[in-house]
Amino acid sequence: MSVLQSIVDGVALGAVYALVAVGLALVFGVMRLINFAHGELITAGGYTLALTAAFPKIASVTITVVVCIALALLMERVAFRPLRAASPTTTLVATFAVAFALQGVWLIAFGPEGRTADVLASLNQRVFEGDLDVRWITVTMLAVGGLLLGGTAFLLGRTTIGLQMRAAAADFRAARLLGVRADTVISFAFVLAGLLAAAVAILLTVQRPLVTPTFGLEVTILGLVGVVVGGIDRLGTATLGGFAIGFLTSVLGDALPADERVFLPSFVFLLVILVLLLRPAGLFARPSKTAVERV
Amino acid sequence: MTRARRFADGAVEFLVPACLIVLVGVVGGFMAPGTEEDFIAALVAVTIVIALHVFVGNSGVLSFGHISFVALGAFAAGLMTIPATVKPTLMPELFPFLAEHDVGNIPSLVLAAALGGLFAALVGIPLMRLSGLAAGIATLAVLEITHNVLRFWEKIGPGAKTLSLVPETTGLFQATVGALIAAAAAIAFRRSPPGRKLRASREDPPAAQAVGINIHRQRLLAFTISGALAGFAGGLMVHQLGSITTEQVYLDLTFLTLAMLVIGGASSLWGAVVGALLVSFLDSFLLNAENGTNVVVAELTLPNGSSIVILGVLLALMLILRSGGITGGREASLPFLRAALAAPPPPPGAGRAQDERPERTVLDV
Repeated sequence: MSVLQSIVDGVALGAVYALVAVGLALVFGVMRLINFAHGELITAGGYTLALTAAFPKIASVTITVVVCIALALLMERVAFRPLRAASPTTTLVATFAVAFALQGVWLIAFGPEGRTADVLASLNQRVFEGDLDVRWITVTMLAVGGLLLGGTAFLLGRTTIGLQMRAAAADFRAARLLGVRADTVISFAFVLAGLLAAAVAILLTVQRPLVTPTFGLEVTILGLVGVVVGGIDRLGTATLGGFAIGFLTSVLGDALPADERVFLPSFVFLLVILVLLLRPAGLFARPSKTAVERV
Repeated sequence: MTRARRFADGAVEFLVPACLIVLVGVVGGFMAPGTEEDFIAALVAVTIVIALHVFVGNSGVLSFGHISFVALGAFAAGLMTIPATVKPTLMPELFPFLAEHDVGNIPSLVLAAALGGLFAALVGIPLMRLSGLAAGIATLAVLEITHNVLRFWEKIGPGAKTLSLVPETTGLFQATVGALIAAAAAIAFRRSPPGRKLRASREDPPAAQAVGINIHRQRLLAFTISGALAGFAGGLMVHQLGSITTEQVYLDLTFLTLAMLVIGGASSLWGAVVGALLVSFLDSFLLNAENGTNVVVAELTLPNGSSIVILGVLLALMLILRSGGITGGREASLPFLRAALAAPPPPPGAGRAQDERPERTVLDV
């Protein structure tokens, strides 16, 4: 396999993890909440795609987006809003609980074997003939990823609600005192997270059409790792971290010999521990703004 | 507080949970063999959750990594008690010194505890510098690495296959004694100077450092003890089940034990024991119900997955409504005994207020 091929695949996977990272970092920004249950939004999107396979493609995609956003809002209203005053570790355990409860729900509703979601399977074709294998889905991933990241950046930088979200992320109490509506801002962050999760579900099912109850959890754990490694305090660094972890897993997976490839997660997580110890604020964060306490 | 009173408090803090553990052990003996297994499993769960409590409860730092010590203990104890005569055929890739030796039941439990403690000390040296969310993510990384290595390195174990033919030596007696040992260790640590220093650092890290407490050292000590207890619990677990896979000691067990600890009340031994027993019995009941069971009036069959839905909802509810857990994070106490030992009675409004103040809930760091 050529180096160029490795890079193309790495960039494609990196784009998906960047989207996961933005979803996690947006919610963390306004609520200080590390959302383990983000993956369940992705799983929900995957199952919706599988169930609506018979519908026209555009309807299927629309329904998926609606379902993901609705579930994100429901999650926030039922489980996370009552815990808004609690410490970050308490809410972390709560999102863990929500994630597992929803996995139970998937297991009850759809069984352990998994469903096939191949709505956009036609995208899994080569763009051009030749040695380099570039599929349409890779192009779509980059385009959708870029579009959504650009859109989020525009929203945060140029609109009133974006300004309010940034204010809430900087100092939640001060923002409320100045008239920012907490519920609106937080709900809006979850709407965006739901939208991003739907995009990840749609893009990911093209490559891995089998949706199982743990479909989203695996993606989220790695995405979360990317966010923390990049620097969770700022959207830019978190996104970069997500991209880096996706790129790294893909490229390392190609570079390692087959019998060592199975240990890839160990290498990645070892790297995570190293980053947390050496640069606790994140690899791409400015070192002075240390967000993580150490003793 | 008088010396007698302090001793009585300590005795009560140990004896009340210990009596509950013994009660479960004794009642389990009268049950049908199938149900007896649920009682043994509950006692093993108590041991794991006590191990988790020793670190999380006293330090206030969250750990998602303790199941890696359970996993190490379970695989070590299991591997070393399979007779050396059959090991090479079961696991041909094994390192020679692992394949050629085997040990008895008790040495295997000691080995599990030692390895768990050693592993915890090693990862703890760097990791105990972290707090809050970073500690959560870093300990999760330890779990992922342990799981990944155990699952794919066939020189040290069965890899992705099941480790089977492990002697099933953990009965009610060993499980009860095991849980009692863990409870005694937890209370001894809790009341020792390092335990008190660690709790001081949980309440107010800067103040603790200001009076000369080395937080890193206290956390590392608690993490090591906790890791040793977790490894020991893993040894008990594998000797109950007789066979084990890496998936049994991974995210699901992490979630289950964390739920037990939080539901019971993380900052007290009493909370750990109560939470582990309640959730464990509930979980066994629900798992039985998933296969169809007879409840007093009617046949009940729950679909697969119901148990984690119910536990997830219960855990979330507990965090929202009562984040100190069922026990509110308090140790067991017997009011009449305290009153008898409190002579001469303290002047009204003084004395008692101080030591009756409820502890802060553990996760509110």
